[in-house]
Amino acid sequence: MRYTFIPELFRQLFSKPFTNLFPLKYAPASIKDTLDKIKKGEIEINPPVEIPDKEIFRGKIQYDREKCIGCGLCIKVCPAKAIELKKEEKKIRIYVGRCIFCGQCVDACPKGALSQGEEFLLADADKLNKEWVIE
Amino acid sequence: MRYEIPIGPIHPALKEPILLQLSVEGEEIKEVDVIASQNHRGIEWIGMNRNNPIQSLYIAERVCGICNISHPSALVLAVEEAMDLEVPERAQYIRVIQCELERIHSHLLWAGVAAHEIGFDSLLHYTWKVREKVMDILELVNGNRVTKAIMMYGGVRRDIKKEHIPKIRKMLQYYKEGFDKLAKFFLEDKTIEMRTRNVGILTKEDALKLAAVGPTTRASGVKKDVRQDQAYFAYPDFDVKAITPDMLTGKVVGDTYDRIVVRLLEVKQSVEIIERALDEMPGGEITSQPKIAKLLVDLKRADGEGIGRHEAPRGEVIHYVNLKSGFEPFYSWKIRAPTYNNIMSWIPMLKGCQIADVPIVAASIDPCISCTNRAIRIANGRKEMLSKEDLHRLSVEKTKKLMRGG
Repeated sequence: MRYTFIPELFRQLFSKPFTNLFPLKYAPASIKDTLDKIKKGEIEINPPVEIPDKEIFRGKIQYDREKCIGCGLCIKVCPAKAIELKKEEKKIRIYVGRCIFCGQCVDACPKGALSQGEEFLLADADKLNKEWVIE
Repeated sequence: MRYEIPIGPIHPALKEPILLQLSVEGEEIKEVDVIASQNHRGIEWIGMNRNNPIQSLYIAERVCGICNISHPSALVLAVEEAMDLEVPERAQYIRVIQCELERIHSHLLWAGVAAHEIGFDSLLHYTWKVREKVMDILELVNGNRVTKAIMMYGGVRRDIKKEHIPKIRKMLQYYKEGFDKLAKFFLEDKTIEMRTRNVGILTKEDALKLAAVGPTTRASGVKKDVRQDQAYFAYPDFDVKAITPDMLTGKVVGDTYDRIVVRLLEVKQSVEIIERALDEMPGGEITSQPKIAKLLVDLKRADGEGIGRHEAPRGEVIHYVNLKSGFEPFYSWKIRAPTYNNIMSWIPMLKGCQIADVPIVAASIDPCISCTNRAIRIANGRKEMLSKEDLHRLSVEKTKKLMRGG
């Protein structure tokens, strides 16, 4: 009988957890109450994991309106068709709800008007909410 | 008395929605039939109608979530051949590093799944803990954990930064030190040997006849590897040799155990390739056409056809592309994924196995996991649903039974 994994199993009983911690140790009975309590500062949650390299990280898209010349190159390369041209203003509108975070528009922009931020916890039920439509 | 057992079309041990029709006598599987074409995603249609080639690169990435470097790799090879695009040497090295990082994470993921399928969940969690190191590096180098978005026609999109190299080396060191431990857990443990030795045998003749690819065929002793046979990117510099199980165990059986051996050895091989690539990586540009607008025009003007072959973690993936000048999307685009070849090897593998072996044998060719899992058992006109849990339970029970007996 050889069960080579058993010593490792016992070792794991006493080692520290390896994974990233959840915001809370146990699932709360009511999420809404818990969120309210977090707002008031009654409960502390484990912070999200740190981003390893902020320069390279591909998070929520950032748009610099002043630099944009409305050339439409980002619209041409966007695989998810998440960008729309506002013809009269010669500016763009980005729908983050459709974005797939590939960053191709950032590479394509000739003026450097687009960049990718650090924000990545973006879940929402309404995909046309204010924060998801960048103009 | 024979019973017909269909598994699929939707089943997590199967990569695509596919139907396995088993006919069983008692517990033994006598006949197997594989019925494909249960689903059509229209990815090639999008590439030929809606998208320009740059957009298609990202849809190619989404053909398979695990192989999201392999499909773009084959596609860029095909397009670069079609339009005679030069690729700088540094970009070729970065591509090799990315491909090998993907192989490490894919094989470790598979090893964990294989352990899970036989009911060895503690090993699953251990393997995925080990895999987390390479995922951290992927996030560091690519900016995202899973989809890398790094391939571009004529090069790559991001360089490997100098300050990242020590971290990558640290990860490689971790795998080098951890390899023996992992090999001990997988190859010397009695539980795994009981469930995988002489289970799901694919003979060398069958592997050649069915044109199986990747670790599935190499485990049967066929020395077939695109990196060796038709080296691309910077692979000619590394002199990759196809790995067969006799390198470690001294014999080729072609069973599930051998497929574990091949995949574990390939993790080791990938670590060595990355290490050498980091040492020998030349300087210079990372793309021959940094201007996307110019690249789009070139792609539109290009005329010609090309084939890209790449050794994905699961085997050889082929992309065929035809470009016509003046026509912006691909004029034609055809993808052949490795599982397409490997799926037929289920027939000789499953014959003579038990129903409880189906999860591990089906998983042994490394198809991806999807969501719902069920099989319907029709016995004497009664219908019984065999859910994913039931199959898993059967598998776990068999492990327990063997352990009591042995």
